[in-house]
Amino acid sequence: MRLFATALAIGLGVIGPALGVGLIGSKAMEALGRNPEAEAPIRTTMILAAAFAESIAIFALVVALIIKFVV
Amino acid sequence: MSPHISIKGETVFEILGFPITNSFIITILVVFLFSFIARYYYQEIQKEKRSLGFYGLHAMFVGLYGMFESVLSSKVTIFYSLLGSFFFFILLSNWSGLVPGVGSILIKPQVHSEEVSEVAETVPLANIEEKDDQKEEKEVHGTGKIPLLRGGTADLNTTIALALVSVFMTQLYGFKFLGPIGHLKKYFDFRDPIMIMLGPLELVQEFARIISFAFRLYGNIFAGEVLLTIVPFLLPVFFSFVVAPMFLMEIFVGLVQALVFVMLSAVFINMAVSHH
Repeated sequence: MRLFATALAIGLGVIGPALGVGLIGSKAMEALGRNPEAEAPIRTTMILAAAFAESIAIFALVVALIIKFVV
Repeated sequence: MSPHISIKGETVFEILGFPITNSFIITILVVFLFSFIARYYYQEIQKEKRSLGFYGLHAMFVGLYGMFESVLSSKVTIFYSLLGSFFFFILLSNWSGLVPGVGSILIKPQVHSEEVSEVAETVPLANIEEKDDQKEEKEVHGTGKIPLLRGGTADLNTTIALALVSVFMTQLYGFKFLGPIGHLKKYFDFRDPIMIMLGPLELVQEFARIISFAFRLYGNIFAGEVLLTIVPFLLPVFFSFVVAPMFLMEIFVGLVQALVFVMLSAVFINMAVSHH
């Protein structure tokens, strides 16, 4: 049962961030296609935004790890 | 056989009842390294002929300065000392968990934990190399030993402390630059109905910020540590081929998370010191 809870927590938790990171990447590519000179700032902001989206997934991971190892 | 994963730092020994965890030890080491680098930089900057290491450090500092300048514009000189220290401390703490030996040198804890019955000397028993056979690892893990060192930010206490400092300094700068009334007006403004609703929400947001800062950093670094521990158990054969890219990715994640922490701090400080 606990394994099930862990799997659900991480499995459902990463759906949103996955979509988010995908969107960020696609929009960054779009912006790069429109304006290839602005590669460096686009890359920096894209990595920052992706890290923010990823942090939501990390929250889910922390919850999953807490369910697995602590509770 | 299961890998040794602990969600919090483990107490290695106690001084006057004050528990010294393995994360604390490495944080002290990081502080010493940090001070050493700072001293080196300070000594070199006063010389006529400077060494190559100085210019390497200097390039990093200037790059970081430019990055903050894009956020904070003219106020960057005031906040650079705080944010720069944040960045390099977090960076060193993140990377300290990746140094070979950290997490793989096991000792018996001096305090009475649940499994250890007798007080043993802190003998660094087994320095498990990457290629060591798993038989030895199994018997070492089975006897209640804990790692002597653990990455600094892989402990929630460190990251919560950093988050508290960041949020507290943001408030302090808000008071300093806008004055007490100007700053408190952001949270308690009863002149128009929208601000009556939004003020408490901003107050809640300050506390949510602490949690989000702390858990983002902790989660990323701890997840990396768990990943590096788990992967060899999933695929023991091509061990180093799999772990090497993961290792590089963890170095990158450590850099990005340090950057994210300071950039967020910079944005929040900029929001706190500017008028609406």
